[in-house]
Amino acid sequence: MIINGVSIDETFAEAFPMKATRAIITAQNEKWAMISAQAMTGFATSVIACGCEAGIERVLDPSETPDGRPGVSVLIFAMGGKGLAKQLETRAGQCVLTSPTSALFAGIDEGVQIPLGKNLRYFGDGFQTSKKIDGKRYWRIPVMDGEFLTEATTGRVEAVGGGNFLVLAESQPQALAACEAAIIEMKKMPNVIMPFPGGVVRSGSKVGSKYPALGASSNDAFCPTLKGVTKTDLSPEIESVMEIVIDGLTKEDIDKAMRVGIQAVCDLGAENGIKRISAGNYGGKLGPFHFHLQEIMA
Amino acid sequence: MSALIFTVKQETAQRVDMSPIVCHLLKGLSLAEIAAIELQNGKRKVRVDTLFDISGDDTQNIVIKNSYAKLDFIAKELQDGTMTMHGEAGAYFGMSMKSGTLIAKGNVGLYAACEMKNGLLTINGNAGDFLGAALPGNKQGMKGGTVLVKGNVGQRAGDHMRRGNMLIEGCAGDYCGSRMIAGTIAVMGTTGRYLGYAMQRGTLLLWQQPKLSATFNDCGSHTLAFLPILFKSFKKLDSKFADASEAFDRVQRYGGDMAEKGRAEVLVKL
Repeated sequence: MIINGVSIDETFAEAFPMKATRAIITAQNEKWAMISAQAMTGFATSVIACGCEAGIERVLDPSETPDGRPGVSVLIFAMGGKGLAKQLETRAGQCVLTSPTSALFAGIDEGVQIPLGKNLRYFGDGFQTSKKIDGKRYWRIPVMDGEFLTEATTGRVEAVGGGNFLVLAESQPQALAACEAAIIEMKKMPNVIMPFPGGVVRSGSKVGSKYPALGASSNDAFCPTLKGVTKTDLSPEIESVMEIVIDGLTKEDIDKAMRVGIQAVCDLGAENGIKRISAGNYGGKLGPFHFHLQEIMA
Repeated sequence: MSALIFTVKQETAQRVDMSPIVCHLLKGLSLAEIAAIELQNGKRKVRVDTLFDISGDDTQNIVIKNSYAKLDFIAKELQDGTMTMHGEAGAYFGMSMKSGTLIAKGNVGLYAACEMKNGLLTINGNAGDFLGAALPGNKQGMKGGTVLVKGNVGQRAGDHMRRGNMLIEGCAGDYCGSRMIAGTIAVMGTTGRYLGYAMQRGTLLLWQQPKLSATFNDCGSHTLAFLPILFKSFKKLDSKFADASEAFDRVQRYGGDMAEKGRAEVLVKL
């Protein structure tokens, strides 16, 4: 398959099941909601070492938020339910509770209920008060700038993590420009995040390592500087490869995000140095969800 | 199916216990069986068809017409269904109601909504003393649901209230929110003396400045984030509380009752 001169590999991305939740952060204005959301989703690029993968899903209009203020929705993914709950609570406590004028709400009502502000309430030292409104419990925690309002719990759902595609280009600036174009389009899609910095990862990994202590290591088959010394997957003209990793609430959400992302890359085309689209394929060792690139782009 | 209508034939001299006439107890009964139910009337028992003309067949939608102030325990422990009362009602209206919708078109007596657990209870007229309170000797009053009163309420509204919303468009008598454990009472009109007496936790949300006792301390003026959410939850009601122009988030906060736990609050619209 070739789109606008860009070759789409006959391969697939492998993804794995995760647990996910959504939280809604509101504040006096969008600026402070975004600051809080950025803090909450910081250091959350990969479960390999961060404990979770998190990102900003989108900015919310005041008409979409529970308290009618500007807001930001964030998605958090983890390998297990306990890990997700711990990450959510820690991040809510350190990054949202502390953020001026913030309030925190559940972004998913269904699924298993996990603590959002349920335990943060003890920060109130006995002065916290609860309100049950329309079946939902809220906690009002007195803080120095007024009152921190948080919903007690949020829903945890089954999700999919690790959807991906690789952009192979003739130069590093061209690879980055293509990924930036893809991310702009993918950020418009609901229920997905691209957790790496700016949505792009330049250090894609393979499973395993020559060092027994490491579970993952550099994907040498796609490292352009190793073309002559390893079993490379790159043709001579490829000088840079970048990856976009997608976590989504469902496989279909990732399908859609991959499609718009790859399309945006292909729109730049071969004339802008984009040669191939490939995907992280580990022979089925990584996960049960397979995203076949040519099927997605058909 | 049409609503099951009970029309009072003639007012009795003695009080009537209406607790058997409730949706979940009448479910599946024929009109003849309903007519044969005996109600306690003073110290004697009388058949339903002695007191009421009965028409209709939907036991989950009950209407009582020409109701009067001696009909007690209307909709006691109501579970699902809708009951509508035209006229006055006696004591214990909607007592221990569990779910469903209960509407009084007129005034109701003492202990309406007492120990209510859930559902929506609307009183278009006035309510007597001890609205949503605990029965004498009991420790917890209303535990959930919403009570909406379009008129005024008597004394001790929300006495020992544990949870839920009590919305009063009119005025409240003395001791409103007394011994309240938690929950929310909102009063658009004036409130009487000893507001929140021995109140432990919970919120009294007021449109008019009350006369507060010395055991409530001024905590200053604040914008509270939970108020827009609370008002949004009222939007589905047929009430002034659903009117966006009545909503506010800026309040004067008074903490108390300092003679008790001191974790309750009186919020007055600014």
